[in-house]
Amino acid sequence: MSETSFDVIVIGSGPGGYVTAIRASQLGFKTAIVEKADLGGVCLNWGCIPTKALLRSAEVFHNMQHAENYGLSAKPSFDLAKIVKRSRDIAGQLSGGIKHLMKKNKITVIPGFATLSAGKPAPKVTVEGKAYAAKHVILASGARARTIPQAGLEPDGKYIWTAREAMTPDTVPGKLLVIGSGAIGMEFASFFSAFGAKTTVVEMVDRILPAEDEEISKMARKSFEKRGLTIKTKTQVKSVKTDSKGVTAVLSTDGKKETHQFDRVILAIGIVGNTEDMGLEKLGVKIDRSHIEVDDYSFTGVPGLYAIGDVTTPPWLAHKASHEGIICIEKIAGMNPHPLNANAIPGCTYCHPQIASVGHTEAQAKEAGYEVKVGRFPYVGNGKAIALGEPEGLIKTVFDAKTGELLGAHMIGAEVTELIQGYTIAQKLETTEHELMETVFPHPTLSEMMHEAVLDAYDRTIHF
Amino acid sequence: MPIEILMPALSPTMEEGTLSKWLVKEGDTVSSGDLLAEIETDKATMEVEAVEEGKVAKILVADGTEGVKVNAPIAILLEEDEDASALDGYSAGGSTAAPAAATPAPQAAPAPKAAPAPKAAHAPTSGDRIKASPLAKRLAKEAGIDLANVTGSGPNGRIVKADIESFTPSAQPAAHAVAPHAAAPMATTTEVGALRSGGADYLAKLGVEAGTYTLEPLDGMRKVIAKRLSASNNNVPDFPLLVDCEIDALLAMRKELNAQAPEGVKISVNDMLIRAAALALKHVPAANASFTPDGIAYHNHADVAVAVAIDGGLITPIVRYAENKGLSTISVEMKDLAGRAREKKLKPQEYQGGTFSISNLGMMGIKSFGSIINEPHGMILSVGAGAPRPVVKEGEIAVATVMTVTLTCDHRVVDGALGAEWLGVFKRYVESPITMML
Repeated sequence: MSETSFDVIVIGSGPGGYVTAIRASQLGFKTAIVEKADLGGVCLNWGCIPTKALLRSAEVFHNMQHAENYGLSAKPSFDLAKIVKRSRDIAGQLSGGIKHLMKKNKITVIPGFATLSAGKPAPKVTVEGKAYAAKHVILASGARARTIPQAGLEPDGKYIWTAREAMTPDTVPGKLLVIGSGAIGMEFASFFSAFGAKTTVVEMVDRILPAEDEEISKMARKSFEKRGLTIKTKTQVKSVKTDSKGVTAVLSTDGKKETHQFDRVILAIGIVGNTEDMGLEKLGVKIDRSHIEVDDYSFTGVPGLYAIGDVTTPPWLAHKASHEGIICIEKIAGMNPHPLNANAIPGCTYCHPQIASVGHTEAQAKEAGYEVKVGRFPYVGNGKAIALGEPEGLIKTVFDAKTGELLGAHMIGAEVTELIQGYTIAQKLETTEHELMETVFPHPTLSEMMHEAVLDAYDRTIHF
Repeated sequence: MPIEILMPALSPTMEEGTLSKWLVKEGDTVSSGDLLAEIETDKATMEVEAVEEGKVAKILVADGTEGVKVNAPIAILLEEDEDASALDGYSAGGSTAAPAAATPAPQAAPAPKAAPAPKAAHAPTSGDRIKASPLAKRLAKEAGIDLANVTGSGPNGRIVKADIESFTPSAQPAAHAVAPHAAAPMATTTEVGALRSGGADYLAKLGVEAGTYTLEPLDGMRKVIAKRLSASNNNVPDFPLLVDCEIDALLAMRKELNAQAPEGVKISVNDMLIRAAALALKHVPAANASFTPDGIAYHNHADVAVAVAIDGGLITPIVRYAENKGLSTISVEMKDLAGRAREKKLKPQEYQGGTFSISNLGMMGIKSFGSIINEPHGMILSVGAGAPRPVVKEGEIAVATVMTVTLTCDHRVVDGALGAEWLGVFKRYVESPITMML
């Protein structure tokens, strides 16, 4: 373990870092990875995976509550500590899996916090006082929840949570305020409200899930309100005060102020890149509001230093980080990868109902100057959806009217996070409406709606 | 279940390769990491490692088989608890029918008795099929672009939307430029047998009788040379700039350096030219550039590719970040790269890419010559022999050692004045070599 000289050192072992390290090793580079906490990073330990475990518990609980609809009977109750334990166990199991992958791929794991200093051909890496050298250093240090201490918006260990604290709750709050209606905010709102928290979501702009297609946002809002969530758009949190009883929040909607009491607050107002204390400024790395600026192949401009994933530019998604890392290392290896097309990265939100999308929204496509053809198909017209007892949802396609290029796809409803990949492949292979129409979709599946949504864009839908 | 070992793709451009030599035989037990075989790719010979462990049950492709497609099964491993009966589905095929054995569809499950014989006639038809995405096809049709003229940037040269959008008609080879020697029919045929008869037909049509020559099949390297340089010649509007450099000072400095160099380091004239070129690229960054359909790529580093003649062709290993490397580093690195190039042991990342190239035929006595641009490089420097020549100094004829170099520039990136500026800087480094030590 006394090796200090490598071809590639990756800093951070989240889905960007560890995937890059494995690909580097496959390409014949002698590779090391530095991790200050648990292998797998936020995604695996404190993000994507443990929240999916929590949401699965919420889904099963919801189904138990509605057992009668399926001719069953159940007396649902829950044990929050056990739900959290299941989520933590799953994260632990997967982190162990990454350890195994590192070993299998002969990647040296260096535990500790990395700092960088000038060097050639790449910056020197120092971890726990020990110096390491590499020909290429890839920074994948990730990001963390944004806080605004000036407005009281920072975790206080009890009442105010970020995603991290919300993942290991000691209680289901009676009244919960979620600030921010992006994917993280909506997933926690969905989880806690499923277990009985009276949940309010506030969003600054005029709709929730603002990154999604407007029509999908609208449907999501309706669906959440039906489930008892209170949604306040065009609303700002003016102040948050905590006392022994809980939290007093002053909300302002269109200039009108209201004061509300909550038991807990979840901050989901974005992320900041982990760029501090690593010596990046001294090296001349360009940092724009906590995120590192890079070129198409993740080069920072500092010889030998690359950056990928959440610490760089959006979208801040695990699968974007992984893919970016692979492109970066293949480029370093002298291969000729295509740069990542940000518009071809699917996004998924695992609230109930699920939301998934790829490519342009209808509005974005129009703004980009396309003449569009839009197709829609509702869940209520699909046999499998009815049989599943999930008749709420919509699949929407956006085509370039001129060329038949699939510009985007937007979905809300059961299992759409698993369906979106079909459209993503179609986009990557550059199929037109023609091939999609000719493709046979199995019956009975939810995926048939994907076919129908294509047919509908060309006024040929069969079942609705 | 028996495990198939597939022909690996050892570089991104590799479509087929030669299985030069098996390092294991049937019956051997292998474990993960063991070397199985040597594969000759486009430009290099590489070793294939076992990924799984087991017993080598059957070798499907014999030593020395050419044209083995990537991902064709080349051997079968049995797992520990399996016996040969698990192989029933494989018994036909076998290692006798050389290249054809590489093509039968994998039959992983034990096949019924009446298993159809592997289709020997399943040889891939010619390489005429153009791979293009449906969207690219539609866009090309609407724009009236012939896909045959478009270079695809997708996997295996698949033409995608971006290639159509960036296509400029000027990139189409003009009709008169398609000289008979553009060996398209040969390059697209991959089967060894077909190639032979294709070659004979080709020459017969041009009036060369069969039997008056021996025909050597194209190996991977020759195909790549033919394809890349034909493409460059068709696509790149190039022009040459010539300049004479006096190198007496450079030769003197080389002698002095070598007298003081540590053992094992012997700096060549070429090493000094690599450094001079790299410094000139740093000095004139606008000339360190590549043309791309989306814009001109200005490179951050001078990655100097150096043409090395090797048995059966040539290859261009790259001295990366050469502007940051001293003469002894360049020299040691170049010696290592050239040595391994001759053994065909370079890794793809050691010869793919680069930002500039040097080709030196000086040691062969060539006075001056021009080279074909090695895309994506913006320039290539052709170095002739240094020899005593009369020069005029202060009105008097004197003798100096003079070396003529030719800079071939891609006019899409480097215009005449820019090329001249670069060449001037290069000449200054060469004629006052002390400045390249700074």
